[in-house]
Amino acid sequence: MKAQIIIAAAVPLLLASGVALSAAYALPEERVITLPPGPGADLATAHCAACHSLDYLTTQPPGLGEKKWASTISKMVDVYGADIPAQDRATIAAYLNRVVGTR
Amino acid sequence: MKDLLTPASALFGRRQLVLGLGTTLGAMVAGCNRAAPDEAPHPAAAPGTARLPFANGDRPMVQLPGKRPMIQLTARPPQLETPFSLFDTLFDQPSNQRLITPNNAFFVRYSMAQLPLDLDMESWRLDIGGHVEQPLSLSMAALRALGQISLIAVNQCSGNSRGFSSPRVGGGQMGHGAMGNARWTGVPLKTVLDAAGVRRGAVEIAFDGLDSPAMPQAPDFAKSLSVDHARDGGVMLAWAMNDEPLPFLNGFPLRLVVPGWFGTYWVKHLHRITVLDEPFEGYFMQKSYRMPDNECGCVAPGTKPESTRPITAFRVRSFITSHADGATVPAGQPLELRGFAFDGGSGIRRVMLSADGGKAWEGTTLGEDAGRYAFRGWRHRLTLPAGKHRLMARAETNAGEIQPLQASWNPSGYARNVVETVSVVAA
Repeated sequence: MKAQIIIAAAVPLLLASGVALSAAYALPEERVITLPPGPGADLATAHCAACHSLDYLTTQPPGLGEKKWASTISKMVDVYGADIPAQDRATIAAYLNRVVGTR
Repeated sequence: MKDLLTPASALFGRRQLVLGLGTTLGAMVAGCNRAAPDEAPHPAAAPGTARLPFANGDRPMVQLPGKRPMIQLTARPPQLETPFSLFDTLFDQPSNQRLITPNNAFFVRYSMAQLPLDLDMESWRLDIGGHVEQPLSLSMAALRALGQISLIAVNQCSGNSRGFSSPRVGGGQMGHGAMGNARWTGVPLKTVLDAAGVRRGAVEIAFDGLDSPAMPQAPDFAKSLSVDHARDGGVMLAWAMNDEPLPFLNGFPLRLVVPGWFGTYWVKHLHRITVLDEPFEGYFMQKSYRMPDNECGCVAPGTKPESTRPITAFRVRSFITSHADGATVPAGQPLELRGFAFDGGSGIRRVMLSADGGKAWEGTTLGEDAGRYAFRGWRHRLTLPAGKHRLMARAETNAGEIQPLQASWNPSGYARNVVETVSVVAA
């Protein structure tokens, strides 16, 4: 019979047992982050959140510059396989440059 | 619990965080009460948030299964850093646990969004193949039967302290909390490689974990070491951390431990080792996690290096943990300062302390030596006159490496090790 290990409750005894066990880990449901409104907000949300949570955007420092955002978007497309139509990339870069890290 | 989940004070004018929390997190938090938060977020931060001391540094405090409340950088994949105030509490642990970072407070960092959340240990195997005499497929029991060693070693993210880079750079914006000191238990990698028989002509060993990218065409996260490094006897395959099974978020059921080297090499959820007769071509060796290829590993701020090389070992660092920046202390009374230092494996020779912003330095008293890869505690008594004082700790290694007084810069914000400053007011 397979035991469910809650990692938090794992004890040293398990180490010594050497018994094969199954482990399941449950991540909490993700908080939905709503980007501030503006041209590009919907595109950024749809394309970026397809692969990672939007805090990847919102925690970036101010002043990276539109060029850096554009190159990051290119990397997401070219390296990580993001499906972002070419005509949307500049819109998203301009939007992120305008809103991230400003408060 | 509601407070715990209150979003940071609006990052944007009208930023909204919809708390799409079902019963899952509710149950998790309720079930994790044993890990009471023993540190408060920065006083200036909103309830349930931490404020890292750089622009756009507000972060939610979250509690994931197996972890105490931690500073959340990202949710998917999960990335957590240890609240810095935790590190000073480690001095108060029993002597055999001193300066050991508890598993539930240890930082979490991932590159890949698909995690192996459902692991069947009945069918789990570690595969060793490639340029070997005898490919192996080992169950956890078979792996444990090969032998066992333990080692206290620091793990630190390449981008630990990236948020302090000046000028700022893109990437995970962490404070100093993406480091930890744990006792790792497992089998030397050399033992496993010898069991498989590395063939003549092998040059590198590649390591792959069970995490995978969000998009199938993206590069998988895999790393490599030279054959000589992999067989040095210190690099190990660890199944236990601080005498407990690895927490899921720290690599359950098996991770690579590369003492003295940055965490990018400490591949989590390890399941495949490949011996190569040519250099590994993976993206995370050839394109990412690279430093300027010069002596300082740095370039002029804002410029690009002419050539790069993979990041490797930690640079020496030290921290003051007893006092937070901006603290008020009693003037004219003896003050007990403490903190710790670590480096890439030569061990700490001494830690010096300055109370005047780096003009005059005094020696501190080192704590017990838990090994050359471990946190090394230090303490120092001094009396400060009324006024503002800039406290700095500066470590020197047995190999003669000493922390720089001026920060260097690299485009990825890796490997920060400048002497840090804690300003206090004596009154």
